[in-house]
Amino acid sequence: MSSGVLTVYRWELRKLIALKRTYLGLLAAAAVPLAFTITLALRSGQPKDVPFGSYVHQSGLAIPLVLLTFASAFLLPLITALVAGDIVASEDQNGTLKTIMTRSLQRGQIFFGKVLAALTYTLASMLLLGGVAIIAGSMVSGFHSLTTLSGTTVSAVAGLGLVLASFGVYLIPLFAVALIGVMLSTVTRNSAAAVVGTLVSVLLIELIGILPGLEWLQPYLLTRQFDAWQGLLRQPIDWAPITHAAWVCALYGIPSVIAGYLVFLRRDVAGG
Amino acid sequence: MSQTPVEARGLVKQYGRITAVDHVDLTVNRGDVYGFLGPNGAGKTTTLRMMLGLIFPTAGTVRLFGRDPIAEGAAALDGVAGFVEAPQFYPYLTARKNLQMMAAYDGGDASSRVEESLKSVELTGRADDKVGGYSHGMRQRLGIAAALLRQPKLLLLDEPATGLDPGGMRDMRVLIRRLADDGMTVLLSSHLLAEVEELCDRVAIVRAGRIVYEGALIDLKASAKSAYRLRTTDNAKALKVCEAQAGIASARIEGAAIRMEANESAMGELSVALIEASLQIIALMPETATLEDLFFHLTEGSTPGEIDFPATQASVVGEHL
Ligand SMILES: Nc1ncnc2c1ncn2[C@@H]1O[C@H](COP(=O)(O)OP(=O)(O)OP(=O)(O)O)[C@@H](O)[C@H]1O
Ligand SMILES: [Mg+2]
Repeated sequence: MSSGVLTVYRWELRKLIALKRTYLGLLAAAAVPLAFTITLALRSGQPKDVPFGSYVHQSGLAIPLVLLTFASAFLLPLITALVAGDIVASEDQNGTLKTIMTRSLQRGQIFFGKVLAALTYTLASMLLLGGVAIIAGSMVSGFHSLTTLSGTTVSAVAGLGLVLASFGVYLIPLFAVALIGVMLSTVTRNSAAAVVGTLVSVLLIELIGILPGLEWLQPYLLTRQFDAWQGLLRQPIDWAPITHAAWVCALYGIPSVIAGYLVFLRRDVAGG
Repeated sequence: MSQTPVEARGLVKQYGRITAVDHVDLTVNRGDVYGFLGPNGAGKTTTLRMMLGLIFPTAGTVRLFGRDPIAEGAAALDGVAGFVEAPQFYPYLTARKNLQMMAAYDGGDASSRVEESLKSVELTGRADDKVGGYSHGMRQRLGIAAALLRQPKLLLLDEPATGLDPGGMRDMRVLIRRLADDGMTVLLSSHLLAEVEELCDRVAIVRAGRIVYEGALIDLKASAKSAYRLRTTDNAKALKVCEAQAGIASARIEGAAIRMEANESAMGELSVALIEASLQIIALMPETATLEDLFFHLTEGSTPGEIDFPATQASVVGEHL
């Protein structure tokens, strides 16, 4: 089983490298932090009401953290959905699913190879966004010590470690979005529907949180978990929001992947 | 392990109200080049999809060399290769890359056969071009190459020559013939009688999801009344001979020839009778029975109006022959 999954995974990555749409998302992941940093360099103002917003001119490390708050609204889920929503459906639409299903690999191996590839793409765009933000931010505001949410100061090197870890925690809900995307890609068999559907799902979850009378649901909403990384930037580190995010996201991601897998296993491949 | 390449029993596939495949039984034996004939929408592709484990039957079973592609999935395709409808590849990858990927998915030593497969379908020179720029015929050949990577003992091909020009059709036939001569068992669907005639020994004819004939092609053709055109030195006199001859029906003069319906043995006897009447035969041409004629024959007693065989389809079939 596992070597078959790896074979599919490797070829899925090669396909992504050969596809234009891959670079669309990566381009956005690089362009947004760049544009943000350039704007900051040209103007003296700072983002208000955003964690670390007031520090963007004191330490370049504050810039990737500010971007995390902005990116969660739309950008990273969009980039994630762009590939995750496409990864099964595009093969449905091009009729290539039948081509790969009549080789020697089981459907499950194909499915999980694709899941891994979608997660890898999410990771890559996250790394790109973070990397560009850290480098461009440090160039503009300097690689200086960072003031934490508790008001204490950590050295630049320790701050860098925290920023990278924050990106890691941020990936947890993002992976859940990717798994929802792959599930919708499998179920809808339509690339556009799956990409839009994934984004609409994220927006709807966000909407539920502001409905009156449903405030108690807030801690269990996927979109709320995009703030969990802030626990890392308290002193001492507050792990509670992070472990909470881990199991809440698992509640979204695991059923999605199981549903997608079962549908993929049992469905007719009649297209193409 | 059963040695029978294909054994389908009671296959049914229902799409809502439409029964695409209706209790199909099919047996393909080792070494057969088996023709699976039927007009558009007869259920050929649907049957092949079930054999390849791509879709799940509503009822019935398939065994390929004794293994069940529906329960076992791709594991049952050991020694089996083929495609349904037009073979599809990744348009943004080159042909070689596509085949390398298929070989990786096949496992084993399939990767070592990529070049050889490209060569056998004469695509070596274009192997580094993206498949997106391939013509229909080239894709069709690439589909065969992808199947050959698996070194199949059984090849399932769905209308492999459809959309090819006459040269491409001939090349495809030559290729399939060569593979069959090398010992491959082939199941080939088609809506062109001419195509299976040249390749196949056994045929199943399917119409509206049901098998209406299964057996040797020779028996089918011998039993079908075929038409002949005859030209002699004296057509008027020859017509009388024809009319007097047993086993010859509806003989009449059409232009410079006499057209009649008869089976092969009656024609043989007629030629002797013509000689005995001191008539010289200038030309004797069989009019190839069309698929339509065969259907007509297979539903004997019914008039064309009673066979729900749309005229448009019939004429399409006719055009190709
Ligand atoms: N996925 C599907 N959904 C609904 N109906 C289908 C589907 N696939 C096939 N059918 C129906 O099943 C019947 C058989 O179709 P099939 O494609 O098997 O025919 P075919 O013999 O391959 O025809 P052709 O010569 O045109 O390729 C048709 O009536 C078709 O409309
Ligand atoms: Mg078909």
